[in-house]
Amino acid sequence: MGELKLMKGNEAIAEAAIREGADGYFGYPITPQSEVIEYFAAQQPEERTGMVLLQAESEIAAINMIYGAAGAGKKVMTSSSSPGISLKQEGLTYIAGAELPCLILNVVRGGPGLGTIQPSQSDYFQAVKGGGHGDYHLIVLAPSSVQEMYDFVETGFDLAFKYRNPTMILSDGAIGQMMEKVEIGEQKPRMTEQEIREKYPWATTGKTKDRERNVITSLELDSSKMEKFNRKLIDKYREIEEKEVRYEEIQVEDAEYLLIAYGTTSRICEKVVQLAREEGIKLGLLRPITLFPFPKKRLDELSGQVKGMLSVEMSAGQMVEDVRLAVNGKVQVEYYGRMGGIIPSAEEIVDALKQKFIGG
Amino acid sequence: MAKVTGRIVVDTERCKGCAVCVPSCPFDVIALADEVNSKGFHYAYMKNPEACTGCTNCALVCPDAVIKVFRKKVTA
Amino acid sequence: MAEQQITSEDIIQEENLVFDRTSLLTDNVFHYCPGCGHGVVHRVLMEIIEELDVQDKAIGIAPVGCSVLAYNYMDIDMQEAAHGRAPALATGIKRTMPDKYVFTYQGDGDLAAIGTAETIHACNRGENIAIIFINNGIYGMTGGQMAPTTLEKMKSSTTPYGRNIQQMGNPLKITELVAQLPGTCYVTRQVVHTPAGVRKTKRAIRNAFKYQQEERGLSFIEVVSNCNSGWKMSPNQANKWLEENMLPYYPTGDLKKPEDK
Repeated sequence: MGELKLMKGNEAIAEAAIREGADGYFGYPITPQSEVIEYFAAQQPEERTGMVLLQAESEIAAINMIYGAAGAGKKVMTSSSSPGISLKQEGLTYIAGAELPCLILNVVRGGPGLGTIQPSQSDYFQAVKGGGHGDYHLIVLAPSSVQEMYDFVETGFDLAFKYRNPTMILSDGAIGQMMEKVEIGEQKPRMTEQEIREKYPWATTGKTKDRERNVITSLELDSSKMEKFNRKLIDKYREIEEKEVRYEEIQVEDAEYLLIAYGTTSRICEKVVQLAREEGIKLGLLRPITLFPFPKKRLDELSGQVKGMLSVEMSAGQMVEDVRLAVNGKVQVEYYGRMGGIIPSAEEIVDALKQKFIGG
Repeated sequence: MAKVTGRIVVDTERCKGCAVCVPSCPFDVIALADEVNSKGFHYAYMKNPEACTGCTNCALVCPDAVIKVFRKKVTA
Repeated sequence: MAEQQITSEDIIQEENLVFDRTSLLTDNVFHYCPGCGHGVVHRVLMEIIEELDVQDKAIGIAPVGCSVLAYNYMDIDMQEAAHGRAPALATGIKRTMPDKYVFTYQGDGDLAAIGTAETIHACNRGENIAIIFINNGIYGMTGGQMAPTTLEKMKSSTTPYGRNIQQMGNPLKITELVAQLPGTCYVTRQVVHTPAGVRKTKRAIRNAFKYQQEERGLSFIEVVSNCNSGWKMSPNQANKWLEENMLPYYPTGDLKKPEDK
């Protein structure tokens, strides 16, 4: 077992990035995730591994610094919270269109607008549906603990480079701010330029005589070529949906009712399962770990087993749309959630479950 | 006495006939042809080749990099 | 006399070649309008990279605007930025690969309107990059709309009766602005419509690469250029108009130059 540390979720992300051998972090402060850049600054990653740290003038600049460095084959990340992620959407659609790997952390707070600095899950749509203009997807990972904040840095970079696609870690203010023990991994070396040239021949490392020039762009003025590229992207997303779905099941085997919840609400829902079972209700929990790709197939299978599904979210009901699409009317699907930065209690979720499905 | 003489070679198919080279020439060597290339442009040509010194002015201002310049020293 | 017998064939020989298209320009025909200054700046830039023998170390950033497809012509690794964000991309590349020569190539709308924040802050941080800024006082690609650098009373498709200063503000001298910042080491304004101007622009770009190699900070080269299509003039009329109207407001010369090392 590796070294154990007590850390905030926001700190765990930063430590993981340094140990993962990341080449750069470019960010802009925003509550509730400013500890990410503060932790980096205190750690002096330039000294530890040579990793670049830069506080940009805006979220827009930060994501475009990521765009540049990612185009050069570098392992780079940024982080922000909801209003800042809205600003980054321009850069993200270019990065997705140029098929570049990178990691983005979103420590979600409530909206719309300036909203609240309290935790929320109301960025589900802007995370899983593309977010910016054009047909594209991010790969979206939803951690429910500080340990997963740490672990998903490696997973996120691996998926990003495997598919040449930006990956978002969709967290929230609660997981970003909470402290838990974390098992820390070994320090990995950063890649050398030679390794990058060999492993990522598409990267703008400087044109040598033995290859054509590399161009990173999302522009294609020939409609037939553009449509061909759109289809290529769709094929990639289908492959990701085939191969990369991750979820966790809790007491689903004999479940008659099913909760679907990710991140912070999934932690509450574990308690809900326990409380409901004490009352004789056979309740299970499916926790999507990847939100794109969404565990559609598994939910479809479970639609033949359970009498009802309840999507529990700290939003006005966003993920519930994907649950309904997954089961396609085969089972009753309901939503329960709180907004404005309120985390629902286990008891109120039990009540909602009974009211919506069992009566009384 | 040494004297230099020059010639230019215009890639007439790539020339867009913008005529920016024409006033750049200190010796009034260049003009646009009456004929057009396959794109329909009246391309640049040497109407007065003997006056060319190979100074490269035309090539310097050519926006399409279609002018090659040759220069030779001639001893009298 | 010997010179009278000399023929064109005698002169047009490989050993007499004094000017040829640099091999770092690809064979693609520029999509620019006839007479446009972009082609000259592209060529001069590639000549410098060829002369310094740094093709394998040069990374260029193309903007959004007429030169959005600059990577079709420059035979080096390049990235295409979102509108105005080229200095941010260049920052990301240069910070993670400090031994490369990184430059942006941007127009006036890209650099001085939508990308003002990225421009100012890259300059202020003193990023070791070069910014090549083409100012023709108009949005060329989208069809001749007003740019931040459009002159007072100058007509464009969005100022059909001329730019009204009360309503639209003054033409932005962003080059003078960035010259104030300690992060810029070299700030200069040049032209490419005359042979002398092209020679000086080439020297300026060579300087910018030298300073980058010496880690002196950001080099900012404005090239005042034409847009004969947008200005609705012939190329030579446009160049004359440039001299009579653009240059009095945007005078050429060095605004800032470091001591030689």
